[in-house]
Amino acid sequence: MIQRREFLGVLAGGATLAVAGCAGDDSTGPAAVTDETLTLTTTTSTYDTGLLDEVNAAFTDEFGAAVEAVAQGTGAALETARNGDSDVVMVHARSLEDEFLREGYGVNRRDLMFNDFVVVGPPSDPAGINGMDSVTEAFRRIAETESPFISRGDNSGTHTKELTIWEEAGIEPGGEWYSETGTGMGEALNQANLSGAYTLSDRGTFISRSDANLDIHVQGPIKGGPELLANPYGIIAVNPAVHENVNYDLAMAYIGFLTSPQGQRIIENYTVDGNQLFFPRALSEEPDFQQYVPEGWRSDR
Amino acid sequence: MEVRSLTMVETALGLGMIDGWLLAEGGTHLLGEALVASALPFEWTYIRSIIAVSLYVSLTAVLLSTLISLPIAMLIGFSEFPGKGGIVAAINTGMGFPSVVVGLIVLFAVSNQGPLGQFDLIFTKQAMIISQVILAAPVITGVSLAAVTSVEQGVRDAAYAAGGTKLDVALITIKEARYGILTGVLAGLGRAISEVGSVLIVGGNIARADGTSVTRTLTTAIQLEARQGRFRTALALGAVLLALVLLINGLVLRLGGGRT
Repeated sequence: MIQRREFLGVLAGGATLAVAGCAGDDSTGPAAVTDETLTLTTTTSTYDTGLLDEVNAAFTDEFGAAVEAVAQGTGAALETARNGDSDVVMVHARSLEDEFLREGYGVNRRDLMFNDFVVVGPPSDPAGINGMDSVTEAFRRIAETESPFISRGDNSGTHTKELTIWEEAGIEPGGEWYSETGTGMGEALNQANLSGAYTLSDRGTFISRSDANLDIHVQGPIKGGPELLANPYGIIAVNPAVHENVNYDLAMAYIGFLTSPQGQRIIENYTVDGNQLFFPRALSEEPDFQQYVPEGWRSDR
Repeated sequence: MEVRSLTMVETALGLGMIDGWLLAEGGTHLLGEALVASALPFEWTYIRSIIAVSLYVSLTAVLLSTLISLPIAMLIGFSEFPGKGGIVAAINTGMGFPSVVVGLIVLFAVSNQGPLGQFDLIFTKQAMIISQVILAAPVITGVSLAAVTSVEQGVRDAAYAAGGTKLDVALITIKEARYGILTGVLAGLGRAISEVGSVLIVGGNIARADGTSVTRTLTTAIQLEARQGRFRTALALGAVLLALVLLINGLVLRLGGGRT
């Protein structure tokens, strides 16, 4: 989001801010690369676990450019990018990402990293789902016993995954036991903790919240659980042909850095209380070509 | 960031840093701040930049709101015209306008796709100031208007009788109403600095990886800490916010003088 600022800086100088009616410290005038700022919209899980601070600090060390991260949740992050208000998105809901790509707003998607989702709930486990291998079966039991369940209800990556699981379980959740909070993962965990409810959480946010009196009842694939609970993160540049104001060069530098051996090492080495939260996924001797295009896309169409 | 904000704020409160910071700005170094600065320099930068952003955004917004509101309050207060009651009702309604709605409206305006999109204001302090001006202006206008209209007609008549021009009468009225006007400005500041809905939406609650706040205010930081389950830190930041507002209130009332 810098090019436009430069342009205005040359043409109008301080008039930009004067028109807006307030003084500010944003630099006008042509900026060197190191003065540039990258706007990243992302999910609460990458921010609240502290991972972003780690990788962004390293990126700034390497490139001199600052990263402004807005933690919104996958749905909102993609919507902000659709409006051309961010340069790059880091999200975790493949179906929403594919929609974003198909509509032409995003280009050069890369697989970045993964962790998994876990079903957490009160240690007393009223639905008796502890240790189940099937998450759909666990969800069915929660619904049958009408045990309290907190849903994010915010069109986030976690919420999207939760709805997929209900669908696969053949259940349309509703009733007094099912509450939609419309909040971030941390807030949903707070509420589950306080009301003795089950919820679906990404492992990273759950681990970084060691204070919560909740247990993992159904494990994700990292600990041998069902593949349905996989939680892959992707990173996508906003298409500069759709929004000419986005800082595409810097977005690609950021994607390049995060998917480089160096960036992937930072992700791999990031721990909270000795637990690794995210697992690098960008580098492989046999790259998965599916990562670049929407799922099901074929060149011969 | 987890560790830094927790220990920081709690240490800060324990050492009475709030006073330390404010006095330190005037050149005096208190023991509290010196201790915090030497023990936890990184965290200290973090909290200070959040406070600085909060103050910069809200004070600027209140200043602009006052410049807009006072003339309007005077104009309406000193004139009689059909539909005046409707306008006053509209202003009073504006006092209760939900901040999250204001945030959404400003978001649409400053977004790249919006009418102000070309100025690239989204996720900046400027956008936050715009939304806080919209929130604070009706409060300042409404309370000032009430203060101006409550100056007794007898005072104005006396000023006229003493041979005063219209301007003299206006100045006398402002002087008489100054306490009420100050209350209005302080109420506007309270509305601006304590709201979280609009600044979160248009500002994005951004802090750099090195811990400097870009658009993170005390209120959005509190929201973030609460989301991460660090309720004690959130409450501590709330105490900092409360202390700031108290201090500003004290300063303004002292400078403005009490009732004479």
